[in-house]
Formats: sequence, structure tokens, C-alpha cells
Amino acid sequence: MANRKYSQDHEWVEVEGETGMIGISDYAQEQLGDVVFVELPDVGKMLDRGDEAAVVESVKAAAEVYAPVGGEVIEVNDALNGDPSLVNTDAFGDGWFAKLRLTDPADLDELMDEAAYKTYCEGLD
Amino acid sequence: MASVPETEIRRTPLYDVHVSLGARMVPFAGYAMPVQYPAGIIAEHNATRSAAGLFDVSHMGQAILRGDDPAASFERLVPGDITGLTTGRMRYTLLLNDAGGIRDDLMVTRIEEGGVPALFLVVNAGCKDADFAHIAALLADEAELQILNDSALLALQGPMAEAVLATLAPECRDLVFMQGAEMTLDGAAAYVTRSGYTGEDGFEISVANEAVAGLAQTLLAHDGVEPVGLGARDSLRLEAGLCLYGHDIDETTSPIEAGLAWAVGKRRRESADFPGAETILQQLNEGPTRKRVGIRPDGRAPVREGAVIRDAEDAEIGIVTSGGFGPTLGGPVAMGYVNAACAASGTALKIELRGRSVPATVADLPFVPANYKRAR
Repeated sequence: MANRKYSQDHEWVEVEGETGMIGISDYAQEQLGDVVFVELPDVGKMLDRGDEAAVVESVKAAAEVYAPVGGEVIEVNDALNGDPSLVNTDAFGDGWFAKLRLTDPADLDELMDEAAYKTYCEGLD
Repeated sequence: MASVPETEIRRTPLYDVHVSLGARMVPFAGYAMPVQYPAGIIAEHNATRSAAGLFDVSHMGQAILRGDDPAASFERLVPGDITGLTTGRMRYTLLLNDAGGIRDDLMVTRIEEGGVPALFLVVNAGCKDADFAHIAALLADEAELQILNDSALLALQGPMAEAVLATLAPECRDLVFMQGAEMTLDGAAAYVTRSGYTGEDGFEISVANEAVAGLAQTLLAHDGVEPVGLGARDSLRLEAGLCLYGHDIDETTSPIEAGLAWAVGKRRRESADFPGAETILQQLNEGPTRKRVGIRPDGRAPVREGAVIRDAEDAEIGIVTSGGFGPTLGGPVAMGYVNAACAASGTALKIELRGRSVPATVADLPFVPANYKRAR
């Protein structure tokens, strides 16, 4: 996905027009293990880049998910309430977390592209 | 020459097996241990409940206590009836401090070596150095403690455990829950007990370090036997209502508060000759001020260790000591301590979670009924 960008905390954002869809990367879900609950933000909430946007609970522990870009929450993935394991099985697709109306497109410049993120993850192992 | 760091992480004799199975290794009690394998914690948990799971618990401390009357000696440190154990019988007991707090929980089996009775001890990994120093020091004049650094420990747990182990040693079928015997497994001498930490039927197998990898591979070659890491070990024991030392019990909790009064032997209550007996017997007679309880939070969000527990009127009444997701129950489960007045099953609680309050209910333990093979 050419327009998917990544944060150092393993969140991703895919931008279409003014809307950014956010989630956590495959690397992140693999590190977390079986996801059993996702606490999603309220629709209408304003998030600055780096704000806590969600909490992912695996069997073992809770992990914060930070907004990779700033914006207003306009939609959340209610399917995660019924089946949180979508984060494990399809982190970049059905396991998305929320859609934001971007505050500042310049936020995207702070993020890594696919190739840079891949190199970044390889450096972590 | 470079010096070896004091905190160097140790490996069990199964380290290479774990790595070859694709385990994610984490530091635990000074050892590199598998937290999960590629199947994942939920699959490993479910395999143990429905078929069989194989656990490396070689990080735990194993020792043999010998002496003129090792059971009588050991009773000076624990509240359990140890002298009443016959050969091959095992008991859960507690090393106590003088205030009646719990230094560690452990398994004691009476064994026989050439007709001479001895005790086989299995203690928690994180406590083993302190436990063994404590036991050796307090019993220095009457008993000798041999630490079994050359022995590994496997746990084979689940409803298929008996059928699998019986292919190597059919006599394992003769053991019932909390019994042990010597067996030869795959050519290796082993001491096998019918016990575990999952709530399922199963065995713990003490075997020489050099034989354990081969035995583990033989057991894993059976259909239905999956390797299981520390993650599922924790979710299994939590559903089974079993205490995790350092979390649900520690030096500040008494056996009575912890709901472990059954581990204080009847004869020992009368003789009152164990550490902290005065405090413990007083709590037994008058009731403790707080109790360990099972907790079912509403909804799907797990509550974790350290979360504050409130009553219906928002008064702080306790704290969560273990919490997570129970795969068999399909929802969050927890244990914690609450004021005795709030400990009855069905009591409504509120638990703090990320600035809000999750409704929860006191529940009977275990959450999942035990599946032990008891004596008929």
C-alpha cells in the first residue's frame, strides 16, 4: 500500500483525501500476541499526534496505541468489539481501529514509508 | 578478561528445543523462558484443556531433604501435615515467616531411597535460592538439603496426558492426583507425580538434564501434545483459581486470608507449632479481615494486577492481584483481596480501569472446574 505510513510505535495510517484510517502494524500484533479486547476512542474526540487513541489488551498485557496523526475521530471499527482477533488476523485490513479527519497533513511527513518501516523493524529484532 | 555479569540470564536444558520450536523467549526469574510458541497463548491454553500441553518448568527449584526424620524436621517450617505422608504421597504446603506470612508455596512428596524416607521438594523459581538457604540454615543440625541442579522438570497436562505418558510407562495410570512414583521414560530414570498447575489432570516429570530434551521431543511427537509457554500457564492457573507466588500470595498475606486454610493440617492446628501459628490460628478462629476471591468483570476488558476494587458505594475495599483473559471462559477473569464483608460469592464490585469503573462480581473459585484424577 503505497500511501500507508508508519510511526515508530508501530501504528499505521492510510490517507484518502482528508481522512486517515489508523491501526497497528503486523509487527505490533505479532509482538502483542492474541488480542482479546480493544478500547476504541469515542467518535468526535479530538486527538493530537501522539495522543493515546486506543488500548489493545492481549491475554498477557495492555498496550497503548497512539495517534500517528492528529485529527477528529469520525468513525471507529465496531467489528473489533465482537471480534478483537481481527487485529491479529488482518492488522492492515479488517483490524483497523478508527478513521480521523486530519488536522494537519504535515503530520504525515513525520512518518515512515513502507520501505523505511521495514528497515526500522528489522533493526529491532 | 571480561567478567561474567552477575545477572547473566540462565537457560534450562530445553532452551534449544524452545528456540527450534519458534518460541518467543523472555526473561523470567533469571531464566530465558518461552512465553509462547507460534500457535499463541489462546491456542496453547485450549490445547491443554482439550488434549495435552507440555511445559518446561525446569526453572523451578528441586531438592531432596534427608535426615533422621526429615518430615518432622520440615514441619518446623510449614503448617502442613508432612509426617502423615506415606511414601509416594504429595502435599501442597507453605513456607511461612514468623508473622504467618507466606515465604513461598511448594510441593512436598515423601519418597524412599533404599528404604530410607526423604522429602522431594519443588519450589518456585523466583524463590528457590532464598528457600533453599532458609531450609538449610534452619534445619542445619538435623537434616541435609541436596539441591537437584542436575534435574529438569517437565509438566504434561491435559485430558490426554495419561494416555500419552502411558505409551512410555503404563504404570502412570496407577497414580492418582497428588501421588508420585519412580518410572523409566524413554530409557531415562524419572520421578513422576500426578500433579500440575493448570486444573487439568496431568503429570510433572523430574528427569536428568541430559535426558530431558529427548523426552520432550518424544512427548511432543504425539498427536495432540502441544508445547505451552508461560503465557498460557498463567491463564490456565488463573482459571483454575491457583495462586501465583509474588502476586496472589507473598510475605504479607497469610494462608487464611489467601483461602488456603486447608493447607493448615488438623493436627498442626492443635499442636500450633509452625511459624506464625498464633496469628494464623487467631485468623482461623475469628476470620481474617480480608480474603482472596475470584472476580468476574462485566464486559470484555481485562482488569490487571494492581487495579483498585471498590464496593457499590465506591469505598475502596481491595486490590486485584491477578487478572487477565480466560480463554476457556471467553472473558476476563481476576483474583484479588477484598474486605471480608465483601467476599461472599455474588457481591457486586467496581474495579478501576483507565479512569473509569468496571462492574464486576465476586465469583467462586475455581472458575473452571478441576479435572483431576482422584482416588476412588
